[in-house]
Amino acid sequence: MSIYVDVEKRLGPFRLKVRFSAGNEVLALLGASGCGKSMTLKCIAGIEKPDKGIISVDGRVLFDSVRKINLSPQERHTGLLFQNYALFPNMTVLQNIRAGARREQDPAQREKLTSEIIESFGLSGLLGLYPTQLSGGQQQRVALARILVSSPDILLMDEPFSALDSHLRFRLEGEVRQVLRDFGKTVILVSHDRDEVFRLSEKIVMLKDGTVDTFGSKDEVFANPETRNAALLTGCKNISRAVPIDDTHVRAVDWGVDLKTGSGAAKARYVGIQTHDIRAGEGDNSIFCRVTEVIENPFSYTVMLTPVGAANSIPIGWKMDKAAWAKMRSECVRLNLPPESILLLKS
Amino acid sequence: MNLFPLWNSLRIAGISTFIIFFLGIFAAYYISKAHRVVKGILDVVLTLPLVLPPTVVGYLLLRVLGPNRLIGSWFLQVFGLKLTMTWWSAIFATVVVIFPLMYRTSRGAFESFDETLAYSAQSIGLSDTYIFWRIRMPCCKQGILAGTVLAFARALGEYGATSMIAGYTPGRTATISTTVYQLWRTNDDELAFKWVLVNMAISFVVLLAVNMLEKRSYKTPVQKEDS
Repeated sequence: MSIYVDVEKRLGPFRLKVRFSAGNEVLALLGASGCGKSMTLKCIAGIEKPDKGIISVDGRVLFDSVRKINLSPQERHTGLLFQNYALFPNMTVLQNIRAGARREQDPAQREKLTSEIIESFGLSGLLGLYPTQLSGGQQQRVALARILVSSPDILLMDEPFSALDSHLRFRLEGEVRQVLRDFGKTVILVSHDRDEVFRLSEKIVMLKDGTVDTFGSKDEVFANPETRNAALLTGCKNISRAVPIDDTHVRAVDWGVDLKTGSGAAKARYVGIQTHDIRAGEGDNSIFCRVTEVIENPFSYTVMLTPVGAANSIPIGWKMDKAAWAKMRSECVRLNLPPESILLLKS
Repeated sequence: MNLFPLWNSLRIAGISTFIIFFLGIFAAYYISKAHRVVKGILDVVLTLPLVLPPTVVGYLLLRVLGPNRLIGSWFLQVFGLKLTMTWWSAIFATVVVIFPLMYRTSRGAFESFDETLAYSAQSIGLSDTYIFWRIRMPCCKQGILAGTVLAFARALGEYGATSMIAGYTPGRTATISTTVYQLWRTNDDELAFKWVLVNMAISFVVLLAVNMLEKRSYKTPVQKEDS
Protein backbone atom coordinates (compact mmCIF):
# COMPACT_ATOMS: atom_id res chain seq x y z
CA MET A 1 0.00 0.00 0.00
CA SER A 2 1.58 3.29 -1.10
CA ILE A 3 -0.65 5.81 0.51
CA TYR A 4 -2.91 5.55 3.49
CA VAL A 5 -5.07 8.48 4.53
CA ASP A 6 -7.42 8.56 7.49
CA VAL A 7 -8.03 12.10 8.63
CA GLU A 8 -10.61 14.34 10.22
CA LYS A 9 -10.75 18.10 10.11
CA ARG A 10 -13.38 20.55 11.22
CA LEU A 11 -13.63 23.90 9.50
CA GLY A 12 -16.52 25.94 10.81
CA PRO A 13 -19.70 24.03 9.98
CA PHE A 14 -17.83 21.82 7.49
CA ARG A 15 -16.47 18.49 8.64
CA LEU A 16 -13.97 16.50 6.60
CA LYS A 17 -13.72 12.83 7.45
CA VAL A 18 -12.03 10.71 4.82
CA ARG A 19 -10.31 7.38 4.72
CA PHE A 20 -8.82 5.67 1.69
CA SER A 21 -5.70 3.95 0.46
CA ALA A 22 -4.04 3.39 -2.89
CA GLY A 23 -1.11 1.53 -4.38
CA ASN A 24 1.06 2.59 -7.30
CA GLU A 25 -1.90 3.72 -9.33
CA VAL A 26 -3.94 6.79 -10.16
CA LEU A 27 -6.60 7.46 -7.56
CA ALA A 28 -9.23 10.06 -8.35
CA LEU A 29 -11.05 12.14 -5.80
CA LEU A 30 -14.34 12.97 -7.46
CA GLY A 31 -16.99 15.21 -6.02
CA ALA A 32 -18.99 18.39 -6.38
CA SER A 33 -17.29 21.65 -5.49
CA GLY A 34 -16.98 22.19 -1.76
CA CYS A 35 -17.03 18.46 -0.95
CA GLY A 36 -13.52 18.52 0.54
CA LYS A 37 -11.46 17.23 -2.40
CA SER A 38 -8.91 20.02 -2.40
CA MET A 39 -8.83 20.13 1.39
CA THR A 40 -7.88 16.44 1.43
CA LEU A 41 -5.06 17.13 -1.00
CA LYS A 42 -3.83 20.03 1.12
CA CYS A 43 -3.83 17.83 4.22
CA ILE A 44 -1.64 15.28 2.42
CA ALA A 45 0.74 17.99 1.18
CA GLY A 46 1.00 19.47 4.68
CA ILE A 47 -0.52 22.84 3.85
CA GLU A 48 -3.52 22.17 6.08
CA LYS A 49 -3.24 20.34 9.38
CA PRO A 50 -5.90 17.73 10.12
CA ASP A 51 -7.42 17.70 13.61
CA LYS A 52 -6.68 14.02 13.92
CA GLY A 53 -5.70 10.98 11.94
CA ILE A 54 -2.84 9.38 10.05
CA ILE A 55 -1.25 9.99 6.66
CA SER A 56 1.51 7.73 5.41
CA VAL A 57 3.25 7.31 2.06
CA ASP A 58 5.25 4.14 1.29
CA GLY A 59 5.23 3.32 4.99
CA ARG A 60 6.71 6.71 5.91
CA VAL A 61 4.45 8.56 8.35
CA LEU A 62 3.79 12.15 7.26
CA PHE A 63 1.20 12.91 9.88
CA ASP A 64 0.03 11.12 12.99
CA SER A 65 -2.00 13.02 15.56
CA VAL A 66 -1.49 10.39 18.25
CA ARG A 67 2.28 10.18 17.89
CA LYS A 68 2.45 13.95 17.32
CA ILE A 69 4.12 13.63 13.94
CA ASN A 70 3.55 16.45 11.49
CA LEU A 71 6.22 16.73 8.81
CA SER A 72 6.70 20.09 7.11
CA PRO A 73 5.54 20.33 3.47
CA GLN A 74 9.20 20.34 2.45
CA GLU A 75 9.89 17.04 4.25
CA ARG A 76 6.86 15.28 2.78
CA HIS A 77 8.07 14.91 -0.81
CA THR A 78 4.57 15.28 -2.19
CA GLY A 79 4.57 16.95 -5.59
CA LEU A 80 1.57 19.24 -5.66
CA LEU A 81 0.25 20.53 -8.98
CA PHE A 82 -2.23 23.39 -8.67
CA GLN A 83 -4.87 24.19 -11.21
CA ASN A 84 -3.14 27.50 -12.00
CA TYR A 85 0.22 25.63 -12.14
CA ALA A 86 1.79 28.17 -9.73
CA LEU A 87 4.92 28.85 -11.77
CA PHE A 88 7.12 31.51 -10.14
CA PRO A 89 6.42 34.58 -12.29
CA ASN A 90 9.76 36.21 -11.50
CA MET A 91 11.75 33.27 -12.84
CA THR A 92 12.29 31.94 -16.34
CA VAL A 93 11.31 28.41 -17.30
CA LEU A 94 14.88 27.27 -16.67
CA GLN A 95 15.02 28.94 -13.25
CA ASN A 96 11.66 27.45 -12.32
CA ILE A 97 12.88 23.95 -13.12
CA ARG A 98 16.22 24.54 -11.38
CA ALA A 99 14.33 25.61 -8.26
CA GLY A 100 12.64 22.21 -8.31
CA ALA A 101 16.02 20.47 -8.28
CA ARG A 102 17.32 22.29 -5.18
CA ARG A 103 16.74 19.28 -2.92
CA GLU A 104 19.70 17.71 -4.65
CA GLN A 105 22.82 18.90 -2.78
CA ASP A 106 25.46 18.23 -5.42
CA PRO A 107 25.45 21.07 -8.00
CA ALA A 108 26.70 18.87 -10.84
CA GLN A 109 24.01 16.28 -10.16
CA ARG A 110 21.44 19.08 -9.91
CA GLU A 111 22.34 20.36 -13.37
CA LYS A 112 22.20 16.84 -14.74
CA LEU A 113 18.68 16.26 -13.35
CA THR A 114 17.56 19.62 -14.71
CA SER A 115 18.81 18.99 -18.22
CA GLU A 116 17.39 15.45 -18.24
CA ILE A 117 13.91 16.66 -17.35
CA ILE A 118 14.12 19.52 -19.88
CA GLU A 119 15.01 16.95 -22.51
CA SER A 120 12.23 14.53 -21.64
CA PHE A 121 9.57 17.25 -21.51
CA GLY A 122 10.81 18.89 -24.70
CA LEU A 123 11.23 22.28 -23.06
CA SER A 124 14.57 23.33 -24.51
CA GLY A 125 12.95 25.95 -26.74
CA LEU A 126 11.22 27.70 -23.84
CA LEU A 127 14.01 27.99 -21.28
CA GLY A 128 14.46 31.78 -21.45
CA LEU A 129 10.76 32.62 -21.36
CA TYR A 130 8.80 33.83 -18.35
CA PRO A 131 5.58 32.05 -17.29
CA THR A 132 3.35 34.87 -18.59
CA GLN A 133 4.80 34.30 -22.05
CA LEU A 134 3.73 30.64 -22.07
CA SER A 135 0.45 29.11 -23.21
CA GLY A 136 -1.66 27.16 -20.73
CA GLY A 137 -0.41 23.85 -22.07
CA GLN A 138 3.22 24.91 -21.89
CA GLN A 139 2.72 26.15 -18.33
CA GLN A 140 1.32 22.78 -17.34
CA ARG A 141 4.27 20.98 -18.88
CA VAL A 142 6.78 23.23 -17.09
CA ALA A 143 4.94 22.81 -13.80
CA LEU A 144 4.98 19.02 -14.13
CA ALA A 145 8.67 19.08 -15.02
CA ARG A 146 9.42 21.26 -12.00
CA ILE A 147 7.58 18.83 -9.73
CA LEU A 148 9.11 15.67 -11.16
CA VAL A 149 12.66 17.03 -10.99
CA SER A 150 12.14 17.34 -7.23
CA SER A 151 11.66 13.51 -7.17
CA PRO A 152 8.40 13.32 -5.21
CA ASP A 153 7.18 10.05 -3.66
CA ILE A 154 3.63 10.85 -4.67
CA LEU A 155 1.99 13.22 -7.13
CA LEU A 156 -1.02 15.32 -6.15
CA MET A 157 -2.95 17.04 -8.93
CA ASP A 158 -5.68 19.56 -8.18
CA GLU A 159 -7.99 19.98 -11.19
CA PRO A 160 -5.03 19.91 -13.61
CA PHE A 161 -7.05 20.69 -16.74
CA SER A 162 -9.64 23.16 -15.51
CA ALA A 163 -7.58 26.20 -16.52
CA LEU A 164 -7.34 25.03 -20.13
CA ASP A 165 -9.61 25.53 -23.13
CA SER A 166 -11.68 22.46 -23.86
CA HIS A 167 -10.04 21.73 -27.23
CA LEU A 168 -6.65 21.57 -25.51
CA ARG A 169 -7.73 19.44 -22.63
CA PHE A 170 -8.06 16.27 -24.58
CA ARG A 171 -4.64 16.52 -26.16
CA LEU A 172 -2.89 17.45 -22.91
CA GLU A 173 -4.71 14.72 -21.10
CA GLY A 174 -2.92 12.27 -23.39
CA GLU A 175 0.44 13.81 -22.54
CA VAL A 176 -0.33 13.71 -18.84
CA ARG A 177 -1.45 10.09 -19.05
CA GLN A 178 1.96 9.24 -20.48
CA VAL A 179 3.74 11.22 -17.73
CA LEU A 180 1.74 9.43 -15.04
CA ARG A 181 2.55 6.06 -16.56
CA ASP A 182 6.28 6.88 -16.53
CA PHE A 183 6.04 8.19 -12.96
CA GLY A 184 4.86 4.78 -11.82
CA LYS A 185 4.08 5.77 -8.23
CA THR A 186 0.87 6.85 -6.51
CA VAL A 187 -0.99 9.73 -8.10
CA ILE A 188 -3.99 11.45 -6.56
CA LEU A 189 -6.10 13.36 -9.03
CA VAL A 190 -8.75 15.77 -7.84
CA SER A 191 -11.43 16.48 -10.37
CA HIS A 192 -15.11 17.06 -10.88
CA ASP A 193 -15.05 15.88 -14.48
CA ARG A 194 -16.18 12.26 -14.69
CA ASP A 195 -14.84 11.71 -18.23
CA GLU A 196 -11.39 12.92 -17.25
CA VAL A 197 -11.48 10.74 -14.14
CA PHE A 198 -12.57 7.69 -16.12
CA ARG A 199 -9.81 8.11 -18.68
CA LEU A 200 -6.97 8.84 -16.24
CA SER A 201 -7.60 6.90 -13.06
CA GLU A 202 -7.85 3.33 -11.87
CA LYS A 203 -9.44 3.84 -8.49
CA ILE A 204 -12.08 6.32 -7.44
CA VAL A 205 -13.05 7.91 -4.15
CA MET A 206 -16.33 9.79 -4.38
CA LEU A 207 -16.81 12.45 -1.77
CA LYS A 208 -19.96 14.07 -0.52
CA ASP A 209 -20.06 16.80 2.13
CA GLY A 210 -16.62 15.87 3.41
CA THR A 211 -17.12 12.12 3.73
CA VAL A 212 -16.33 9.17 1.49
CA ASP A 213 -19.50 8.21 -0.33
CA THR A 214 -18.14 5.47 -2.60
CA PHE A 215 -14.70 3.92 -2.88
CA GLY A 216 -13.75 1.33 -5.46
CA SER A 217 -12.16 0.52 -8.78
CA LYS A 218 -13.14 2.73 -11.67
CA ASP A 219 -15.06 -0.03 -13.46
CA GLU A 220 -17.02 -1.03 -10.38
CA VAL A 221 -17.96 2.50 -9.52
CA PHE A 222 -19.05 3.45 -13.02
CA ALA A 223 -20.90 0.20 -13.76
CA ASN A 224 -22.62 0.06 -10.45
CA PRO A 225 -22.68 3.30 -8.50
CA GLU A 226 -24.19 2.40 -5.17
CA THR A 227 -25.43 5.75 -3.99
CA ARG A 228 -27.46 8.57 -5.46
CA ASN A 229 -24.43 10.87 -5.17
CA ALA A 230 -22.17 8.39 -6.97
CA ALA A 231 -24.75 7.95 -9.73
CA LEU A 232 -24.96 11.72 -10.17
CA LEU A 233 -21.17 11.99 -10.32
CA THR A 234 -20.94 9.27 -12.97
CA GLY A 235 -23.29 11.39 -15.02
CA CYS A 236 -26.58 9.58 -14.45
CA LYS A 237 -29.25 12.18 -15.13
CA ASN A 238 -32.40 10.11 -14.57
CA ILE A 239 -32.91 9.49 -10.88
CA SER A 240 -36.21 8.91 -9.11
CA ARG A 241 -37.12 8.26 -5.51
CA ALA A 242 -38.03 4.61 -5.08
CA VAL A 243 -40.32 2.61 -2.82
CA PRO A 244 -39.47 -1.13 -2.84
CA ILE A 245 -42.31 -3.52 -3.67
CA ASP A 246 -40.37 -6.77 -3.41
CA ASP A 247 -36.79 -7.86 -4.10
CA THR A 248 -37.09 -7.34 -7.85
CA HIS A 249 -39.69 -4.60 -8.13
CA VAL A 250 -39.82 -0.96 -7.05
CA ARG A 251 -42.19 1.92 -7.50
CA ALA A 252 -40.34 4.87 -9.06
CA VAL A 253 -42.22 7.62 -7.27
CA ASP A 254 -41.03 10.58 -9.32
CA TRP A 255 -41.86 8.88 -12.61
CA GLY A 256 -45.12 7.39 -11.38
CA VAL A 257 -44.35 3.88 -12.67
CA ASP A 258 -43.58 0.42 -11.28
CA LEU A 259 -40.34 -1.10 -12.51
CA LYS A 260 -38.89 -4.59 -12.70
CA THR A 261 -35.25 -4.52 -11.56
CA GLY A 262 -32.36 -6.85 -10.80
CA SER A 263 -32.38 -8.43 -7.34
CA GLY A 264 -31.68 -6.32 -4.27
CA ALA A 265 -34.49 -3.85 -4.86
CA ALA A 266 -35.73 -4.16 -1.28
CA LYS A 267 -32.97 -1.86 -0.03
CA ALA A 268 -33.19 0.72 -2.82
CA ARG A 269 -34.10 4.28 -1.89
CA TYR A 270 -33.58 5.63 -5.40
CA VAL A 271 -33.49 4.17 -8.89
CA GLY A 272 -31.58 5.56 -11.82
CA ILE A 273 -30.92 4.88 -15.46
CA GLN A 274 -28.31 6.35 -17.78
CA THR A 275 -29.76 8.29 -20.71
CA HIS A 276 -27.98 6.00 -23.18
CA ASP A 277 -29.31 2.77 -21.60
CA ILE A 278 -32.90 3.57 -22.47
CA ARG A 279 -34.44 1.63 -25.40
CA ALA A 280 -37.53 2.09 -27.46
CA GLY A 281 -40.26 -0.53 -27.83
CA GLU A 282 -41.73 -3.39 -25.80
CA GLY A 283 -39.97 -5.00 -22.87
CA ASP A 284 -40.12 -5.73 -19.13
CA ASN A 285 -40.51 -2.07 -18.23
CA SER A 286 -42.33 -0.60 -21.10
CA ILE A 287 -43.67 2.87 -20.46
CA PHE A 288 -45.83 4.92 -22.77
CA CYS A 289 -44.53 8.50 -22.71
CA ARG A 290 -45.38 11.86 -24.16
CA VAL A 291 -42.55 14.03 -25.52
CA THR A 292 -42.38 17.25 -23.50
CA GLU A 293 -39.19 18.75 -24.83
CA VAL A 294 -36.45 18.02 -27.35
CA ILE A 295 -33.04 19.45 -26.51
CA GLU A 296 -30.52 19.61 -29.31
CA ASN A 297 -26.90 18.77 -28.46
CA PRO A 298 -24.06 19.10 -30.98
CA PHE A 299 -24.29 15.46 -32.08
CA SER A 300 -27.39 14.10 -30.41
CA TYR A 301 -30.80 14.94 -29.09
CA THR A 302 -31.93 14.65 -25.49
CA VAL A 303 -35.61 13.87 -25.62
CA MET A 304 -37.51 14.64 -22.42
CA LEU A 305 -40.38 12.20 -21.88
CA THR A 306 -43.16 12.14 -19.32
CA PRO A 307 -44.96 8.86 -18.59
CA VAL A 308 -48.58 9.12 -19.70
CA GLY A 309 -51.11 8.80 -16.90
CA ALA A 310 -48.66 9.58 -14.09
CA ALA A 311 -49.47 12.70 -12.12
CA ASN A 312 -46.69 15.21 -11.25
CA SER A 313 -44.01 13.03 -12.71
CA ILE A 314 -40.57 14.44 -13.59
CA PRO A 315 -39.47 13.79 -17.17
CA ILE A 316 -37.04 11.06 -18.19
CA GLY A 317 -34.15 12.12 -20.44
CA TRP A 318 -33.33 9.92 -23.41
CA LYS A 319 -30.20 10.49 -25.46
CA MET A 320 -30.54 9.67 -29.16
CA ASP A 321 -28.58 9.90 -32.36
CA LYS A 322 -29.66 12.79 -34.51
CA ALA A 323 -30.48 10.42 -37.37
CA ALA A 324 -32.43 8.01 -35.17
CA TRP A 325 -34.61 10.76 -33.77
CA ALA A 326 -35.13 12.26 -37.22
CA LYS A 327 -36.57 8.92 -38.30
CA MET A 328 -38.71 8.43 -35.20
CA ARG A 329 -39.86 11.99 -34.46
CA SER A 330 -43.27 11.62 -32.84
CA GLU A 331 -45.28 13.05 -29.99
CA CYS A 332 -45.53 9.83 -28.05
CA VAL A 333 -42.92 7.11 -27.58
CA ARG A 334 -43.01 3.70 -25.95
CA LEU A 335 -39.88 3.41 -23.83
CA ASN A 336 -38.26 0.31 -22.45
CA LEU A 337 -36.06 0.53 -19.37
CA PRO A 338 -34.14 -2.80 -19.35
CA PRO A 339 -34.17 -4.23 -15.78
CA GLU A 340 -30.43 -4.99 -15.91
CA SER A 341 -29.70 -1.30 -16.67
CA ILE A 342 -31.64 0.03 -13.74
CA LEU A 343 -29.38 1.27 -10.96
CA LEU A 344 -30.53 0.51 -7.42
CA LEU A 345 -29.23 3.28 -5.21
CA LYS A 346 -28.87 4.05 -1.55
CA SER A 347 -29.40 7.60 -0.43
CA MET B 1 23.52 79.15 1.55
CA ASN B 2 24.57 76.65 4.20
CA LEU B 3 23.59 73.23 2.94
CA PHE B 4 23.64 71.52 6.34
CA PRO B 5 19.79 71.24 6.56
CA LEU B 6 19.71 69.38 3.23
CA TRP B 7 22.39 66.93 4.33
CA ASN B 8 20.75 66.50 7.73
CA SER B 9 17.28 65.93 6.23
CA LEU B 10 18.64 63.39 3.76
CA ARG B 11 20.53 61.38 6.39
CA ILE B 12 17.60 61.37 8.80
CA ALA B 13 15.20 60.32 6.05
CA GLY B 14 17.69 57.77 4.67
CA ILE B 15 18.40 56.06 7.98
CA SER B 16 14.73 56.09 9.00
CA THR B 17 13.69 54.58 5.67
CA PHE B 18 16.35 51.90 5.98
CA ILE B 19 15.07 50.94 9.45
CA ILE B 20 11.45 51.10 8.44
CA PHE B 21 12.04 49.04 5.31
CA PHE B 22 12.78 45.98 7.44
CA LEU B 23 10.45 46.78 10.33
CA GLY B 24 7.53 47.49 8.03
CA ILE B 25 8.04 44.41 5.87
CA PHE B 26 8.41 42.01 8.77
CA ALA B 27 5.45 43.51 10.62
CA ALA B 28 3.39 43.24 7.43
CA TYR B 29 4.48 39.65 6.79
CA TYR B 30 3.78 38.35 10.27
CA ILE B 31 0.60 40.33 10.81
CA SER B 32 -0.88 39.20 7.49
CA LYS B 33 -0.50 35.65 8.80
CA ALA B 34 -1.89 36.39 12.27
CA HIS B 35 -5.30 35.54 13.62
CA ARG B 36 -8.16 37.80 12.54
CA VAL B 37 -8.64 39.44 15.96
CA VAL B 38 -4.93 40.03 16.58
CA LYS B 39 -4.66 41.42 13.06
CA GLY B 40 -7.54 43.84 13.61
CA ILE B 41 -6.09 45.23 16.83
CA LEU B 42 -2.48 45.49 15.64
CA ASP B 43 -3.64 47.09 12.43
CA VAL B 44 -5.32 49.93 14.29
CA VAL B 45 -2.46 50.43 16.74
CA LEU B 46 0.22 50.41 14.04
CA THR B 47 -1.69 52.75 11.73
CA LEU B 48 -2.43 55.26 14.46
CA PRO B 49 0.68 57.45 13.84
CA LEU B 50 -0.63 58.04 10.31
CA VAL B 51 -3.69 59.90 11.55
CA LEU B 52 -2.43 61.38 14.83
CA PRO B 53 -1.17 64.98 14.63
CA PRO B 54 2.65 64.91 14.56
CA THR B 55 2.67 67.06 17.69
CA VAL B 56 0.84 64.30 19.55
CA VAL B 57 3.43 61.78 18.34
CA GLY B 58 6.16 64.20 19.46
CA TYR B 59 4.54 64.63 22.84
CA LEU B 60 4.24 60.87 23.36
CA LEU B 61 7.86 60.34 22.32
CA LEU B 62 9.05 62.99 24.76
CA ARG B 63 6.99 61.28 27.47
CA VAL B 64 9.14 58.14 27.12
CA LEU B 65 12.46 59.40 25.71
CA GLY B 66 12.82 62.68 27.64
CA PRO B 67 15.77 62.92 30.06
CA ASN B 68 13.48 62.57 33.09
CA ARG B 69 11.30 59.83 31.61
CA LEU B 70 11.47 56.05 31.76
CA ILE B 71 13.66 55.14 28.78
CA GLY B 72 15.39 58.51 28.48
CA SER B 73 16.63 58.53 32.08
CA TRP B 74 17.78 54.94 31.86
CA PHE B 75 19.91 55.71 28.81
CA LEU B 76 21.29 58.80 30.54
CA GLN B 77 22.25 56.79 33.60
CA VAL B 78 23.69 53.74 31.89
CA PHE B 79 25.30 55.22 28.78
CA GLY B 80 25.37 58.91 29.65
CA LEU B 81 23.43 59.46 26.45
CA LYS B 82 20.72 62.05 25.96
CA LEU B 83 18.11 60.82 23.54
CA THR B 84 16.59 64.19 22.71
CA MET B 85 17.86 67.36 21.04
CA THR B 86 20.52 65.64 18.88
CA TRP B 87 20.34 65.27 15.11
CA TRP B 88 19.56 61.56 15.39
CA SER B 89 16.71 62.18 17.83
CA ALA B 90 14.72 63.10 14.73
CA ILE B 91 15.07 59.49 13.60
CA PHE B 92 12.79 58.39 16.45
CA ALA B 93 10.17 60.82 15.27
CA THR B 94 10.36 59.97 11.57
CA VAL B 95 10.47 56.23 12.18
CA VAL B 96 7.21 56.36 14.13
CA VAL B 97 5.53 58.66 11.63
CA ILE B 98 6.51 56.77 8.46
CA PHE B 99 6.09 53.26 9.84
CA PRO B 100 2.38 53.03 8.93
CA LEU B 101 3.09 54.00 5.32
CA MET B 102 5.60 51.20 4.87
CA TYR B 103 3.56 48.73 6.85
CA ARG B 104 0.31 49.32 4.99
CA THR B 105 1.74 49.31 1.47
CA SER B 106 3.77 46.15 2.09
CA ARG B 107 0.80 44.45 3.69
CA GLY B 108 -1.29 45.30 0.64
CA ALA B 109 1.41 43.82 -1.55
CA PHE B 110 1.67 40.64 0.55
CA GLU B 111 -2.08 40.15 0.61
CA SER B 112 -2.27 40.19 -3.17
CA PHE B 113 0.45 37.53 -3.34
CA ASP B 114 -0.80 34.20 -4.66
CA GLU B 115 -0.22 31.76 -1.78
CA THR B 116 -0.31 28.76 -4.11
CA LEU B 117 3.15 29.89 -5.25
CA ALA B 118 4.43 29.46 -1.70
CA TYR B 119 2.64 26.13 -1.27
CA SER B 120 4.00 24.61 -4.44
CA ALA B 121 7.46 25.95 -3.59
CA GLN B 122 7.26 24.20 -0.21
CA SER B 123 6.12 20.98 -1.81
CA ILE B 124 9.16 20.88 -4.13
CA GLY B 125 11.37 21.32 -1.07
CA LEU B 126 12.30 25.02 -1.13
CA SER B 127 13.00 26.48 2.32
CA ASP B 128 10.76 29.17 3.79
CA THR B 129 13.69 31.61 3.75
CA TYR B 130 14.27 30.94 0.06
CA ILE B 131 10.56 31.38 -0.63
CA PHE B 132 10.48 34.70 1.23
CA TRP B 133 13.51 36.30 -0.43
CA ARG B 134 13.44 34.70 -3.86
CA ILE B 135 9.72 34.39 -4.57
CA ARG B 136 7.53 36.42 -2.25
CA MET B 137 9.66 39.56 -2.19
CA PRO B 138 10.32 39.70 -5.95
CA CYS B 139 6.61 39.17 -6.64
CA CYS B 140 5.69 41.99 -4.25
CA LYS B 141 8.59 44.18 -5.40
CA GLN B 142 6.55 46.98 -6.94
CA GLY B 143 4.33 47.52 -3.91
CA ILE B 144 7.22 47.36 -1.49
CA LEU B 145 9.35 49.78 -3.51
CA ALA B 146 6.47 52.21 -3.84
CA GLY B 147 5.97 52.03 -0.06
CA THR B 148 9.66 52.65 0.56
CA VAL B 149 9.81 55.68 -1.69
CA LEU B 150 6.63 57.08 -0.19
CA ALA B 151 8.01 56.56 3.32
CA PHE B 152 11.21 58.33 2.31
CA ALA B 153 9.27 61.28 0.92
CA ARG B 154 7.21 61.55 4.08
CA ALA B 155 10.34 61.28 6.25
CA LEU B 156 11.88 64.18 4.34
CA GLY B 157 8.86 66.34 5.06
CA GLU B 158 8.46 65.42 8.73
CA TYR B 159 8.21 68.57 10.85
CA GLY B 160 5.99 68.42 13.92
CA ALA B 161 7.37 65.52 15.93
CA THR B 162 10.91 66.29 14.75
CA SER B 163 10.84 69.87 15.96
CA MET B 164 9.62 68.72 19.36
CA ILE B 165 12.16 65.96 19.93
CA ALA B 166 15.18 67.34 18.06
CA GLY B 167 14.44 71.04 18.22
CA TYR B 168 16.06 73.58 15.90
CA THR B 169 19.78 74.20 16.36
CA PRO B 170 21.41 75.65 13.23
CA GLY B 171 24.23 73.41 12.07
CA ARG B 172 23.25 70.63 14.49
CA THR B 173 19.63 69.57 14.31
CA ALA B 174 18.19 71.81 11.60
CA THR B 175 16.33 70.05 8.81
CA ILE B 176 14.84 71.56 5.68
CA SER B 177 11.38 71.80 7.17
CA THR B 178 12.47 73.31 10.49
CA THR B 179 14.78 75.69 8.61
CA VAL B 180 11.96 76.95 6.41
CA TYR B 181 9.91 77.69 9.51
CA GLN B 182 12.78 79.49 11.22
CA LEU B 183 13.64 81.56 8.15
CA TRP B 184 10.04 82.60 7.69
CA ARG B 185 9.78 83.49 11.37
CA THR B 186 12.88 85.68 11.12
CA ASN B 187 11.63 87.35 7.92
CA ASP B 188 14.35 85.88 5.69
CA ASP B 189 11.88 85.37 2.90
CA GLU B 190 14.39 84.94 0.11
CA LEU B 191 16.32 82.11 1.73
CA ALA B 192 13.12 80.45 2.93
CA PHE B 193 11.91 80.41 -0.66
CA LYS B 194 15.14 78.75 -1.83
CA TRP B 195 14.67 75.96 0.69
CA VAL B 196 11.04 75.60 -0.35
CA LEU B 197 12.21 75.10 -3.94
CA VAL B 198 14.77 72.50 -2.83
CA ASN B 199 12.12 70.61 -0.90
CA MET B 200 9.64 70.72 -3.78
CA ALA B 201 12.25 69.48 -6.24
CA ILE B 202 13.08 66.47 -4.10
CA SER B 203 9.43 65.62 -3.48
CA PHE B 204 8.67 65.95 -7.20
CA VAL B 205 11.39 63.48 -8.14
CA VAL B 206 10.29 61.05 -5.44
CA LEU B 207 6.63 61.10 -6.45
CA LEU B 208 7.60 60.70 -10.08
CA ALA B 209 9.48 57.57 -9.05
CA VAL B 210 6.41 56.23 -7.22
CA ASN B 211 4.26 56.80 -10.29
CA MET B 212 6.70 55.03 -12.57
CA LEU B 213 6.87 52.07 -10.20
CA GLU B 214 3.09 51.80 -10.12
CA LYS B 215 2.80 51.98 -13.91
CA ARG B 216 5.31 49.19 -14.34
CA SER B 217 3.28 46.87 -12.15
CA TYR B 218 0.31 47.19 -14.54
CA LYS B 219 2.27 45.93 -17.51
CA THR B 220 0.10 43.35 -19.22
CA PRO B 221 1.62 39.95 -19.87
CA VAL B 222 1.91 38.61 -23.40
CA GLN B 223 -0.10 35.44 -23.88
CA LYS B 224 1.11 32.92 -26.39
CA GLU B 225 -1.32 30.75 -28.33
CA ASP B 226 -1.06 26.98 -28.20
CA SER B 227 -0.02 25.60 -31.54
